[in-house]
Amino acid sequence: MSGPIVRPYGDTTGDGMVQMSFTLPVPHDKRAEGAALQLAAKMGMDPAMLVHAKPIGEGFTFFVVYGRVNHLVDLSQVEVVERDFPLLSAKEVNTAVKRGLRRKLSVVGACIGTDAHTVGIDAILNVKGIAGEKGLEYYRELKVTNLGAQVSVPELVEAARRERADAVLVSQVVTQRDAHLHNTREMSAAFREAMPAGRRPLLIVGGPRFDEKMTGELGVDRIFGRGTTPAEVASYLVHALITQKAKA
Amino acid sequence: MSGKLDLDPGLVARARQLARRAGQPVVDLARSHTTVSVERAVLRLAGVAGADPDGIPWVNRLVDAVVADVGLGQGVALPVFDAMAREQVADVTLLAQQAAAGAVRFRRPAGRAATAARRAALSAVRRGIRQVDRRRVERERLVKRLGDPPQRPWIYLIVATGDIYEDIPQAQAAARAGADVIAVIRSTGQSLLDYVPEGATREGFAGTYATQENFRLMRAALDEVSKELGRYVRLTNYASGLCMPEMATLAGLERLDMMLNDSMYGILFRDINPIRTFVDQRFSRQMHARAGIIINTGEDNYLTTADAVDEAHTVTVSQLLNEFFAHEAGLPDALLGLGHAFEINPEVPQSLRLELAHALLARELFPDAPLKWMPPTKHMTGDVFRGNLLDGFFNLVGAMTGQGILLVGMMTEAVVTPWLSDRDIALQNVRYVLGAAGGLGEDFRPPPGGFIQQRAHQVLGEAVTLLERIADDTLLQAIAEGTFGIMKRPADRGKGLEGVAAHEDGYFNPATELLEAVPA
Repeated sequence: MSGPIVRPYGDTTGDGMVQMSFTLPVPHDKRAEGAALQLAAKMGMDPAMLVHAKPIGEGFTFFVVYGRVNHLVDLSQVEVVERDFPLLSAKEVNTAVKRGLRRKLSVVGACIGTDAHTVGIDAILNVKGIAGEKGLEYYRELKVTNLGAQVSVPELVEAARRERADAVLVSQVVTQRDAHLHNTREMSAAFREAMPAGRRPLLIVGGPRFDEKMTGELGVDRIFGRGTTPAEVASYLVHALITQKAKA
Repeated sequence: MSGKLDLDPGLVARARQLARRAGQPVVDLARSHTTVSVERAVLRLAGVAGADPDGIPWVNRLVDAVVADVGLGQGVALPVFDAMAREQVADVTLLAQQAAAGAVRFRRPAGRAATAARRAALSAVRRGIRQVDRRRVERERLVKRLGDPPQRPWIYLIVATGDIYEDIPQAQAAARAGADVIAVIRSTGQSLLDYVPEGATREGFAGTYATQENFRLMRAALDEVSKELGRYVRLTNYASGLCMPEMATLAGLERLDMMLNDSMYGILFRDINPIRTFVDQRFSRQMHARAGIIINTGEDNYLTTADAVDEAHTVTVSQLLNEFFAHEAGLPDALLGLGHAFEINPEVPQSLRLELAHALLARELFPDAPLKWMPPTKHMTGDVFRGNLLDGFFNLVGAMTGQGILLVGMMTEAVVTPWLSDRDIALQNVRYVLGAAGGLGEDFRPPPGGFIQQRAHQVLGEAVTLLERIADDTLLQAIAEGTFGIMKRPADRGKGLEGVAAHEDGYFNPATELLEAVPA
């Protein structure tokens, strides 16, 4: 284990080597290559090696640059959301729900707004799951309602009410014009408006481009980022809806 | 059979026969129902154009007005052309405007009035269909003069900025960089709009709205670059969602060359009502057949939600069903871009050999169809270096198994909408593989009884077993039970159901009559 201060590693400890690729809107010539090196220098790469430059389309050049950066990374200053709950097996989740709730835990999931990418919500909810790990439908004590794609916020609130949802899972993949953030805020506001604080389901959003630290700003209870597995979501549900409530 | 897989011709014939048995009840359903979108397509052919100040097309306003007065069950053509005669309105868009203002009442004409309305409707719609015919001839002439791409597969590239005026230079640049087919992805959410937006559009989400004007602008831009390159560059859009028949009609009117058109995609992935989908699909495919448009079916999508090995046979089943529905609607094999995809988890041992078996199976089952070969998406992780390698293997399988249309895979799939450099790297990958191994199919003969042959036989066998079940239980039941892509979609649910009506006595659709008439 290295100390709290590290630098990028090329092939020798402390060499600070990184690689980067980018396009500049200039035709490929000597000046373009100089421009690429200027950018690399401004980004703190010194020395920078231009290893590849290629014209792409009309008036654009693609570059690959290798070089050394002078920046230091202080590991003690890194801020991340660490998993603050224990990871449970499907069996443990089922047992916890049975003991803690004495009924099935109701989960309603959807892709809201115009987002039609159900890959994420399906990976978490469908029996099929992801990477060999079964989705929430597989958990005997969870009652899963997957509303699918392009669900409107009012439809989602209505479904949550109808299914007496303990938790609402929303997946957002499309990020053009920050659609994922707008949609999430609209969703959390609608739930706040429609239901009193104590009766509101747990609001969870997931998607590859979310910042997991933005829960407060988006008005949700939890954000899951890229690579989240169904077991993590199930374990969090137990943690938030059963373990924590028992403590309270 | 070219025989690389030594498929049992009896089993192949049986598979087709079962697909026919499973599909026929759906065709009967499609022939005995209409939808608001079919009726709007008829009116578009008859010349209704433009939209009201809120952007709602006049065809929607007119169909809504007719339905409010006399219902949908006899079709809108007779009430509309009867009203034109009674009100002495010569222009059908003008009638739509008056109807929207509440100034026109509709009735179901009878006797001489009905005969006259029928004649007028046929004559107006015939003008629209002649325009589609002219567009088709225009394409044939351009292809003859400029030529088709020099190689197979054709290289198919996606453009999607949301702004048609950004799309145009990007599409032209892509064509210059080697793309043979440009697909303009639609804005997310358009499939669930029950109308076709109007005019040139500059805002969309993860895609650009499909409108008649956007079609026209892009086709004109590609005509320009086709002349420059000396090769006809094709244009693709989507006949899917709630407006399939209208999209197909507009595509025919504006000389689009390919349209995404799947028999079940809307049902499974957009939760559109199954009956609505099948009725709309049949009309849209009849239009495509008339316009000479190559359809691209969407089997690749099943594999993004289900496992590509376990569920490989559902792709084959869907291809067979898509083929049956397409033939029934008048599409010849040359216009069947049946879809499939390279979606097996790369961690699965021998995944490349499995991909070869599946791709070759599709090739041999449909020897005369320009198969659409779709790149990996599900197992693209953000590791762009590995992604580029995976795309290379995808391209190789495409080259070795003689695929017709190759959708260029992006190493940044699942990361960002493709950058200029991503596209360039992806095209470089395709060019390298096709250049280095374009003729490898000739040398590639899987040994009799070997891994690839056995796997192909197994998938075909499983497909036949599934088709037997579907043929016995009916296709609608199978869809309701989640047979395809795991989604369960019962026939009495889903979006757009309120826009479906069973034909009543005297149902009249001039477009269908003209499209189904035996060509002189």
